[in-house]
Amino acid sequence: MNLLLRLWRSSLGKKYVMALTGIALFGFVIGHLVGNLQVFGNPDLINTYAHFLKSKPGLIWGARIGLLLMVSLHFAAAVTLTLANRAARPIPYAGGSSPGSTWKSRHAMLSGLVILAFVVYHLLHYTALISGINGTGRDFSLLKTTLSGSNDVVPDVYAMMILGFKVWWVTAFYLIAQALLFLHLGHGLASMFQSLGLRNHTWWPRISAFARAASLVIFLGYASIPIAVLVGGMGSEYAQRALAQMSVKEAK
Amino acid sequence: MKVTLKVWRQKNAKAAGAFKTYTSPELNPNMSFLEMLDVLNEELSNRGEEPIAFDHDCREGICGTCALVINGTPHGPQKGVTTCQTYMRSFKDGDQLVIEPWRAGPFPIIKDLVCDRKSFDRIQQAGGFITVRTGSAPDANSLPVPKEDSDLAMDAAQCIGCGACVAACKNASAMLFVAAKVSHLGLMPQGQPERYRRVKAMVEQMDTEGFGACTVTGSCEAVCPKQISLDFIARLNRDYAVSLLK
Ligand code: HEM
Ligand code: FES
Repeated sequence: MNLLLRLWRSSLGKKYVMALTGIALFGFVIGHLVGNLQVFGNPDLINTYAHFLKSKPGLIWGARIGLLLMVSLHFAAAVTLTLANRAARPIPYAGGSSPGSTWKSRHAMLSGLVILAFVVYHLLHYTALISGINGTGRDFSLLKTTLSGSNDVVPDVYAMMILGFKVWWVTAFYLIAQALLFLHLGHGLASMFQSLGLRNHTWWPRISAFARAASLVIFLGYASIPIAVLVGGMGSEYAQRALAQMSVKEAK
Repeated sequence: MKVTLKVWRQKNAKAAGAFKTYTSPELNPNMSFLEMLDVLNEELSNRGEEPIAFDHDCREGICGTCALVINGTPHGPQKGVTTCQTYMRSFKDGDQLVIEPWRAGPFPIIKDLVCDRKSFDRIQQAGGFITVRTGSAPDANSLPVPKEDSDLAMDAAQCIGCGACVAACKNASAMLFVAAKVSHLGLMPQGQPERYRRVKAMVEQMDTEGFGACTVTGSCEAVCPKQISLDFIARLNRDYAVSLLK
């Protein structure tokens, strides 16, 4: 307990917290991406995966609580440090500031806040299935299907993703958030090694290259899904059929 | 050559400051930046105006006293030099130069371009020393030091404590200064007995003084007149983590 308090009261300690929670969130982002990319297979693939997750409440709630804790700590450290950092320069410069720095390194708080807003929207959109915000006027919780080789009726996650990304402004918001995550991680993944003291002059170029590569892969991976739907027309016919079935249900 | 100067003027620590614009007298491009201010000050004195106060001492880049932000960059446009080692040939005839003091809460302004950097002294006093037996000098080379360690320690020991790192950082963070001081002692055998007590005490004093935290923007490294590397901040982070566990 004493150690935790000492960590939280020190500016370096808070950066350790940011770095460690950042690694955990990075791990989640990778895992979630691998899960989502299954949408490029046949609809059964991702629906089976979603059904598997839903059937393990211990796993899913454990992960949710863990992630909430990670985001809360990361966010609390970011906000308190940012306020202290602002207070350390009461009078700004008139002739320019932050020589030799990149935009992404100066705006981690901004990119982080947009990511947070996105996460809230994303949870309402696809987890809580609030129909008022999905832009289609339809209730995604009515999308049901059966998996091949079984009679269980399960949520049609595939159709939900296709219908969700057919709305251009939803896709636009997802892409903006991904672009900011790209910038956040392009800086953050390298910064994390610095904060934890894991760097020297030989490793720094490699660490920076890793940060650039990993953030780019994550961006391309996530962005490919809404783009394939909105621009590439992926899954259109399937989604039309799912919508028709849903209309029957709504009529009843 | 002539330049236009927008200079921060502030009567004392309590007064509100403001920019005032001056046109320099005819300059020799080989004058140093501080000589340029000397010439301007002479002219101001002759006109019966208050000369511009600015810090300086050695004027040869080794003491860390001079401290001007020129067009947003501490120590001006030339890499790896102090303000006193910046020459007017780095600018063009007719340039407009904005001259400001170091800006940070822990560096309060005393007058015009002079700020109070005693917060650095207090950090240093908190742990930036080693304990040695005084009296007869020990034999040279009686303690073997690996060459790589002594080279690294010398790189860190180049820090002249000018505070340009704080001035450049968007968070007014003193991490590069503290990292240099902690590393140059922590890398040597003589610095081992107090190594972890030192890092803890200096970091705590740094936080108490109100400097910001590091967000790895690299501005400090970019302006450091001694080109001290961000690698030392990683070393500081590492040593501090170990000190918390001790
Ligand atoms: C809740 C929204 C978020 C906010 C407000 C936020 C804010 C920040 C801030 C201010 C920093 C410090 C940047 C710096 O050192 O310059 C940071 C670092 C970092 N963030 Fe975030 N972030 C958020 C979400 C995320 C997410 C979702 C991830 C992972 C996918 C992430 C990964 C990281 C990493 C790896 C670091 C580097 C840690 C370090 O510098 O030691 N962040 N974040
Ligand atoms: S006056 Fe001594 S370093 Fe510039």
